Amino acid sequence: MSLDNILNHWSDYRKGSEEGGHHDYEHRWAMAINLDLCIGCNACSTACYAENNLAVVGKERFEKGQAMHWMRIERYWDQQELEHPEQGASFLPMMCQQCGAATCEPVCPVAATYHTPDGLNAQVYNRCIGSRYCSNNCPFRVRYFNFYSYYESAWPEPMEQQLNPDISVRDKGVMEKCTFCVQRIRTVKDKAFMEDRPVQDGEVVPACAQACPTSAIVFGDTMDEGSMVSKLWKKHQVERGVYQKTRHAKKNADLRGYRIFEDLNVDPSVMYLERVREDI
Amino acid sequence: MTMVTEKDINEQIAWAKINTDVLKSMENPRPAYWVTLAVCLAMVSTAVVAEYIQYTVGMGTANLNNPHMWDMYIAAFVFWIGMSHSGTLLSAILHLIHADWRKPIYRFAEAMTTFSLMTAGIFPMIHLGRVWNLYWVLPYVSDRGVWPNFRSPLVWDAFAITTYLTASMLFLFVGMIPDLAICRDNTTGWRKKLYTILSLGWVGSDQQWRNFRKIYLLMACFLIPLAVSVHSIVSADFAMSIMPGWHITTFPPYFVAGALYSGCAAIITLFILLRYFFRFEDYMTLPIMEKTAKLTFAIAMVWTYLNLIEFASVWYGHDIYNKELLIAKATGPYAWIFWTMIFCGSVLPFALAFKKLRRHMPTMFVVSLFLNLGMFFERWMIVAPTLSMSQEPHQWDIMYGSIVEWGIVFGSFGWFGMLFLIFVKIFPSVSMYEVKEMVFHRKRSAGEEDLARMTDHAKPVTQATGGEGA
Repeated sequence: MSLDNILNHWSDYRKGSEEGGHHDYEHRWAMAINLDLCIGCNACSTACYAENNLAVVGKERFEKGQAMHWMRIERYWDQQELEHPEQGASFLPMMCQQCGAATCEPVCPVAATYHTPDGLNAQVYNRCIGSRYCSNNCPFRVRYFNFYSYYESAWPEPMEQQLNPDISVRDKGVMEKCTFCVQRIRTVKDKAFMEDRPVQDGEVVPACAQACPTSAIVFGDTMDEGSMVSKLWKKHQVERGVYQKTRHAKKNADLRGYRIFEDLNVDPSVMYLERVREDI
Repeated sequence: MTMVTEKDINEQIAWAKINTDVLKSMENPRPAYWVTLAVCLAMVSTAVVAEYIQYTVGMGTANLNNPHMWDMYIAAFVFWIGMSHSGTLLSAILHLIHADWRKPIYRFAEAMTTFSLMTAGIFPMIHLGRVWNLYWVLPYVSDRGVWPNFRSPLVWDAFAITTYLTASMLFLFVGMIPDLAICRDNTTGWRKKLYTILSLGWVGSDQQWRNFRKIYLLMACFLIPLAVSVHSIVSADFAMSIMPGWHITTFPPYFVAGALYSGCAAIITLFILLRYFFRFEDYMTLPIMEKTAKLTFAIAMVWTYLNLIEFASVWYGHDIYNKELLIAKATGPYAWIFWTMIFCGSVLPFALAFKKLRRHMPTMFVVSLFLNLGMFFERWMIVAPTLSMSQEPHQWDIMYGSIVEWGIVFGSFGWFGMLFLIFVKIFPSVSMYEVKEMVFHRKRSAGEEDLARMTDHAKPVTQATGGEGA
């Protein structure tokens, strides 16, 4: 009976809506991206397309801004006034930051995006009605909307054979974004559960980290003290849920860690390590 | 006032003539009525074609893209919600403060409220990616215990708009009952059947009038906070976000002022149209037009003030994202829209300060249209530039709607016009019983001794003003 269901779970429901998110995380997946190592090769982005069944939308729609690249390499010119080779590009791999206090979550009218006990922002495709409010409220602009139905155009026969069977192909009208390769996390967690052991560091490797030729992307669980990513976060004095001072305020050039839009206080799960330049 | 004021309405006008004039309006409007209706229908069909393309191909046909997930649909949604507010202002607020000049024009203003809400209600559906799942926004009892997200302003929107639409429709209907009885008594055929059902057995007895007054007042009181809350909640769609240019504390009053403003301008437009279509020169008089224009002017100044406040708070707030966005609005690629908005919204209303212009119908018609153009641009300036220039510089972009988007927005005006024109043809667009009331009271206060003496004996004012027919 539905009414029973509501009455029985009323306190759970109230708790969930008042506090939001979780306080008893099982894992907190996080990344550390070393911009000094990033060469802007786009391998991560390509790997992401292959792993997550992302549609290739074509040149025209790409120019319209309707591309579906969950992982994108942002290119900034160091010296805008110079011509091309001397400009010196900086690259910033940008994907969903899996914020701890995500702004996309409270605005979804149907709760299609929510916070998992793993510290991820899950996007439930089946629940999404396509109001696109989450994307509007995302300061990183990393949510991608299926403006068209891509199944026919992006994977004409026999290319549908290359689709990853672990995750769905989204149809038009649904929002999607980087999941930190949740299907890989799921597989590893299931395996660890079957073998009755905790998940080991380095066991979960998202497609982008796997493809990166310079190993600029480190992925892991910050709940695990011994993990590589925990050590990096600690080394650069970046902590979750704490407003970080900028590098200059820290007065230590070795501390290169920062999180994007720290001033918005959204608690991103991705720490970037600033690029080292000779002249600065 | 020392100056001799012109009469709002000729109080010598006979009650029988009021009935005949209004009833006649429902039978034979000027040919311009049919032309306008045809234009509206053509506009609606444009929108239907555009929506068909968008529904089958996808939202991308509207040129929406990654930074611009919302665009003109949401601007039009806010615009139409806003337009509905002035009907409530005229019919409920001015009713409570006994401003009786509203009486000849409040009926169509209230109809405007209902139909612009119906137009606004279409936009959230048109713009949803998967509209067939729209009902998930409502908190229906599901066996799986899945609820909407009550923290989301879009859910509040769904509640606020449906409540306001229901309330304003009921208010429109209840206020019309005595008039429907007059229609019932004077028509034949399908109209008679329709009015018999809708007039709910109204005979104009004391008891009925007493109950009617009570419920009408009660509904007016109920509607006023609703009107304010609806647009405050619509503003929460923006103010609750963290985007620069959206996350602004003054948004609720700013939106409500803007809403009343565009609504008043629309009332002027429709006033002139109805006056012409239905030959209502005796009821929709120049002094009433002047009062409406003055009201519009006052609201325009409130809007201007709140606009300046918003700019000032952004400027002195020193939030880098907000400030840069404000500068970009005024100087960037959308500057022409920004300055058109400022001109139409804050400078043009000064035309309403001149008596000569207020009394010149063609000028007022054009001015009112431009005021609303300014208000449409204002809504667009709220929605789109924020998305063009949000925090993330890599995603900065400029975007203008495609022909599909324009077609749907254009068609929404036709949809509104169609509903409105059909309404005024089927239902009395001037409130007969209230115009009688107005004439009666004016006559009495003008010192018509005979009538005053007569009514002192035959006490019930209600009966005298009533819907006893011609």
